[in-house]
Amino acid sequence: MNSLVVAALLLVLLAVSYQVGLSRSRAVATGSTLKMHSRPNYHGMMVALWCLIPAALILLAWLFFGDNIERSYTLSLLPPEVVNSDPNQLRDVLRRVEQISTGYGVVGDSQPYENAAGQALQEFRLLTFWSIVAAAAAVGIIGLLAMRARIAPRLRARNEFETIIKFLLAVCSGIAILTTVGIVASLLREALRFFTFISPIDFFFGTVWSPRFAATASGDYGQYGLLPLLWGTLMVASIAMMVAIPLGLMSAIYLAEYAPRKVRAVAKPMIEILAGIPSVIYGFFALVTLGPALSALGDMIGVPIRATSALTAGIAMGIMIIPFVSSLSDDIITQVPRAMRDGSLGMGATKSETIKRVILPAALPGIVGAFLLAVSKAFGETMIVVLAAGNAPILRFNPFDATSTVTVSIVNQLTGDTNFASPQSLVAFALGLTLFVMTLGLNVIALYVVRKYREQYE
Amino acid sequence: MMFNAPESQKMNTNAAPVAIADPKKVDLPTGFKTVRTPDPEPRPVRVHADDVCVFYGSKQALFDVSIDIPEKAVTAFIGPSGCGKSTFLRCLNRMNDTIEGARVEGKITLDGEDLYDPKLDVVELRARIGMVFQKPNPFPKTIFENVAYGPRIHGLARSKTDLEQIVVESLKKASLFNEVKDRLHEVGTGLSGGQQQRLCIARAIAVSPEVILMDEPCSALDPIATAKIEELIDELRANYTIVIVTHSMQQAARVSQRTAFFHLGILVEEGPTEMMFTSPAEKRTQDYITGRFG
Amino acid sequence: MTDITASSAASAPNRERIKASLRRRQAAETRFRAFGIGSVLIAVGFVVFLFSTILHDGLPAFWQPVVTVDVFFDPEIIEVDPKPEPLEGQSAAEFQRASLDWQRQVTMVNWNRIIQNSVAREAPDVELSAREIQALIESNERYRLRDMFVVSPGLLGSTVPLELLASANVDVWLKGDIDRSLGNDRQQLPEATRILADRFYEDGRIRMAFASTLFTNTDSRNAPAEAGLLGAFIGSLYMMLIVIVLAVPIGVASAIYLEEFAPKNKITDLIEVNINNLAAVPSIVFGLLGAAVFINYFQLPLSAPLVGGLVLTLMTLPTVIIATRAALRAVPPSLRQAALGLGASKSQAVFHHVLPVTYPGILTATIIGVAQAIGETAPLLLIGMNAFVTTLPTTPLDQSTALPVQIFLWEGNENRNYFEPKTAAAIIILLAVMLVLNAIAIILRSRFERRA
Repeated sequence: MNSLVVAALLLVLLAVSYQVGLSRSRAVATGSTLKMHSRPNYHGMMVALWCLIPAALILLAWLFFGDNIERSYTLSLLPPEVVNSDPNQLRDVLRRVEQISTGYGVVGDSQPYENAAGQALQEFRLLTFWSIVAAAAAVGIIGLLAMRARIAPRLRARNEFETIIKFLLAVCSGIAILTTVGIVASLLREALRFFTFISPIDFFFGTVWSPRFAATASGDYGQYGLLPLLWGTLMVASIAMMVAIPLGLMSAIYLAEYAPRKVRAVAKPMIEILAGIPSVIYGFFALVTLGPALSALGDMIGVPIRATSALTAGIAMGIMIIPFVSSLSDDIITQVPRAMRDGSLGMGATKSETIKRVILPAALPGIVGAFLLAVSKAFGETMIVVLAAGNAPILRFNPFDATSTVTVSIVNQLTGDTNFASPQSLVAFALGLTLFVMTLGLNVIALYVVRKYREQYE
Repeated sequence: MMFNAPESQKMNTNAAPVAIADPKKVDLPTGFKTVRTPDPEPRPVRVHADDVCVFYGSKQALFDVSIDIPEKAVTAFIGPSGCGKSTFLRCLNRMNDTIEGARVEGKITLDGEDLYDPKLDVVELRARIGMVFQKPNPFPKTIFENVAYGPRIHGLARSKTDLEQIVVESLKKASLFNEVKDRLHEVGTGLSGGQQQRLCIARAIAVSPEVILMDEPCSALDPIATAKIEELIDELRANYTIVIVTHSMQQAARVSQRTAFFHLGILVEEGPTEMMFTSPAEKRTQDYITGRFG
Repeated sequence: MTDITASSAASAPNRERIKASLRRRQAAETRFRAFGIGSVLIAVGFVVFLFSTILHDGLPAFWQPVVTVDVFFDPEIIEVDPKPEPLEGQSAAEFQRASLDWQRQVTMVNWNRIIQNSVAREAPDVELSAREIQALIESNERYRLRDMFVVSPGLLGSTVPLELLASANVDVWLKGDIDRSLGNDRQQLPEATRILADRFYEDGRIRMAFASTLFTNTDSRNAPAEAGLLGAFIGSLYMMLIVIVLAVPIGVASAIYLEEFAPKNKITDLIEVNINNLAAVPSIVFGLLGAAVFINYFQLPLSAPLVGGLVLTLMTLPTVIIATRAALRAVPPSLRQAALGLGASKSQAVFHHVLPVTYPGILTATIIGVAQAIGETAPLLLIGMNAFVTTLPTTPLDQSTALPVQIFLWEGNENRNYFEPKTAAAIIILLAVMLVLNAIAIILRSRFERRA
């Protein structure tokens, strides 16, 4: 009911204020010899803003502080010995008072002070609600009248309105900056807290990863060596690149240079479907189909391959990245001017010679940029490795064996009950910081290279 | 003068024919007979085209073009935009193959060999018939590597010194050597427009082609660079058979010995350049040359 | 021809060399082309293989066995007081309490026993232990009987033919998802139950019914055959709505500002670089941001779709901004100049003329962003959305999970034989949701484009 009243109030204020602005503007226009600077609807919108913003501010303030005010009012109604009793008992009393105030009633006998408080709270609620509504309406109307009084032929209402809009737009684009600041600040803050437990040297150069569970160890936190995770990340990412780069690049070349238009029209979106599939699905595919298949293949050729291994995760990730590599490469290859191709073909070079000796060298910077972006994507990929890499954070070099990565450890350390005071969960932020810096570095270089490349042909 | 309006650059790169609404178009293309005037002293014929038609998809761009191209002479193709002169030029080394949906009918021979014989390798053909494009298109490599590109892919040089010799010779023939001899290992795209175009000519010469096709080689250049290229073309005529497409009639008059006039996909008239510009047999040629349309 | 000229004489050895190289070069050409075709085929093959694997695994899970049983509501087992009615002068709280007391009694009834007896009557010739019968029927079906009874206590003493869900292990056995030749010690079902299941299946008392529980139930741990996706679906829906409500207006607004209004200076350059980088930040980092800021600092509840929605909004924002900017940039400047030339203000030109043209582009950007967000798993794990939730979230602040997280949780379930097909079914549903989103985008897009 309450929210309906509030919504109705706002709607009524909106409609009334806009109409008032509109009609006032028309009245001023007909009563004056001067030409109005702004059209009536801008006056209407300005009046609506002047009316709604103060009213909304009051309602918002009540939304934020109302609960606290209500609580302290209730507490003031209760006898001091109840207020000072233990928190559980107080909470129970407050709940009963709340139930009495809503008319739901309580089971069993209630204390007289509870009944009194319940009654008083009910009245208080009603009173405050309507006074807030009245206050909002009053402030709104004052704003309305103030703005209405300003309406004059020379009032640059449109410019004022546009300035407000522009300001709002600028605030919106600031959110992106805020997000980055938030990421950097929160990662740094929590990572620094982690380094008060574990020295950065042990973290960055340690070769053993074995965090103890928070519950079991009081003084011993376990070991937090980053290197096994970093190695696992690199290994999985390199396997992924070995799959994605040749397949992605060659498909891009074929589709851009050889394929008839019809084939291209079918195959390109088909491959891009791969990019739209959520990574958790690749994880399932790797776990259920790819891993067992690789393991069976290993049995056949006499190499022991674990079903969940760096290889399984790497191949699944590679498949996921194919469309990423191919569409970026496709963009870059098609940007190489046709004159280059003609120049080479006109000399009698075959198509593949043209591609290998002229187009690829010309497109090289852009393609390298695309590869770097792909590597950064592989570093940050989580679900596939969580499901299919076997979660074995051990420094070993066999890609057919289980491994673990930075992202897997972030998930392992920060899921479940999160306690932000222990190194066991804080380490996730140190890992996140490492990951962020790694991917950021790659992205900055890649974006720079790609941009330079674009300029070359613009 | 007034004919120097640059032809749409797109024309040569994607070669999609632009249908020109021309009020003077009276007769249907089919059944038209090209007016030919032979040279006073006939030269040996190198390239011979017989009833060549070109289609882009369902659209016909060239109608029954037949022409003989003499050796060690410059033949100029002139005509208004979209008349098919570039399209025909691209037929001569099968560059139309690279355009999807393009189809060539008729017969073109080089020294009697059918260019469209399915057994003939287009790679070999293009090594014999080189091409220079409208816009200078050096590869983003060094000057040396640009010229060495052809000999390298075709395996023409037996040793490193052999290759260096070919590069230097070609640059000399393209009269570029003196300007670039100190910076052979700098990027070719750093040269001026005229130098770039001469680099492209040197690149084409490096594989010792027998015929060189030039598709408006000066349209992107300033008058001084144009004059240099024209001079070069005149020198090259001693050793090569040259076909040049040009939008500028003055250029055709300056550099060529024979001229062919194309209009709306038809070869209207061909003959010795001097005659074409002084006393053309066809009315349309006359109108074009005097600037009544185009 | 006959006349050998100087130039062709000079090129004669060249022609020989070129001819000699042709075979090698054409072979290289064919090889290269084959690599290209091969790569495309492999990539397309992966798509086909992935989808066929998932369909093959998942489609059977849309049907599950149900057992037709004549259930006898035995008064000897159901010994409870009559259902209380609201009395004159009784407060709401007191009635509630009486009702709860009665319901407690009903819950104490041994409903399993009713099921066991009813099933035993279906196969009177076989000697079956309670455990062996119990293994046939999904354990939560007893609550179904209880709830039926709570609604209509008049059922007492009557016999009602009901279709009870068979247990997950029966499902696995009947579908052959477990090796039927395995020894007794490695089977999940007792031998007698397996024989009974086969017999019921043959005589039609067990049939495969559409697994509507998948769509109507929330997750369940002790009754896997009843586990459904509804809770996760609602969680995802809330997050999707939050992303649409927040990311689209904010993203479009920032794109408009950056593309149309912002002065070109160091600060806007910084924002530009920043947005491009943000688009490439791994999603899990956004999860860390959510954990540190929303959960730890603002003390928002764990596992809430609101927090998930906020995290996904921040993650989607760069995608929407970049795509909208591209759409704005594609509008020819002549349109702006035309509007400005007629005396429109900059804002009027942008909002009345430029923006409407970009609606299809913005729409596509929105769908790409939302589809990306709806499939995202990793950041949600860090804000506790992998919690095991059996209640339906009624507000975005209630505990909930999300479709991809539910897929992840089911993938990790130890009853692999049963949950593997079920996970694949959940994947099919997730992909279907994404497909529907894209279809909507395509339809709306064509509408907009026709109007434009």
